[in-house]
Amino acid sequence: MKSFNGKALRWEWRDGVIELTLDREPGNEIGTAMLEELEQFVAAFPALIPETAVCIISSNRKHGFSAGADLRELYQSAAQLSEKERLAGVRAFIERIHAVFNAIDAAPFTTIAAVHGVCFGGGFELALTCDIIIADKMARFAFPELRLGLIPGFGGIPRLKRDLGNAFIRDLLLTGRSVNASRGQSAGLVAQLAAEGEAMRIARATAAQIVKFDAVTRAAAKKFIKPIPHEELGREIDLFCELFARPAVMAALKKFAESTDAMPYLP
Amino acid sequence: MRTLEQTTQEVLDLASKHFNVPASSLAPEDDFFKKLGIDSLQTLEMLSRLENHFGIELPDYEVQGVSDFRTLASRIQSRL
Repeated sequence: MKSFNGKALRWEWRDGVIELTLDREPGNEIGTAMLEELEQFVAAFPALIPETAVCIISSNRKHGFSAGADLRELYQSAAQLSEKERLAGVRAFIERIHAVFNAIDAAPFTTIAAVHGVCFGGGFELALTCDIIIADKMARFAFPELRLGLIPGFGGIPRLKRDLGNAFIRDLLLTGRSVNASRGQSAGLVAQLAAEGEAMRIARATAAQIVKFDAVTRAAAKKFIKPIPHEELGREIDLFCELFARPAVMAALKKFAESTDAMPYLP
Repeated sequence: MRTLEQTTQEVLDLASKHFNVPASSLAPEDDFFKKLGIDSLQTLEMLSRLENHFGIELPDYEVQGVSDFRTLASRIQSRL
């Protein structure tokens, strides 16, 4: 399927490059709708891979790449369930997310995240599945999960550990603070900085360069340099689910869900 | 090295420019949420502009509870 137009995202293939655009109001929150369409994207890989050199993932939402997991949906669906059902449901959701993110991470074509604005939590974790992050100077990255009594559950910490120094990761995780793209670049998270609004243009120019290279060599080089940390990803799922079982988490989710700010992103 | 007064003025000038509010209408003791009409996302945007302008990092928790330009400027000053 070379093109797709869904409720949460769309993709278009042209000349060896897929442009996957996240476009779900208000901030590309990753809930069941986004997950289902990401699963459709991954299901299309067998047809797409033979003719694809690069995939650029970007956002059409003004305020940023993605605000992370759809916490309102998570709270509303979890609140109606028994504790046992809630925990089983969360584990099932997280396992589906990991399957999709692992597939994107391991895709034989090169992946580029073109990031602007807010790139938080699960959205940050989606960007981390990509080989190259190109971010404009107004992009901000954060793992605010500790504010909810959780750790990032979509594979973020194992992927950050794969790429960056532990001191920076500890700062991000243990303070929940956001960092700008310049800081991200100095830490090794952001490969290329763009002027405000220019991340997509630079991502396309980068894709045009990558398309020139032999597909077999490109895929082999990527597999060699970018192992998937399966064991740690599995442990992350277990720890996330263990923490989610604590009453404080539902209380924090309730507070978030009931906030009147459209997107309450300050600590 | 900037003085706090210089830093405060630069904060006001940045806010005026990026949120299309006349500079003459902004004062150091003003509540920037109310004066600029911004929400938490736009506050993050302002944080990015301030960090890029001053060449510093200003963690979000440093602005927790801060709502006036002068106090914001003092947080920035301590990182210059």
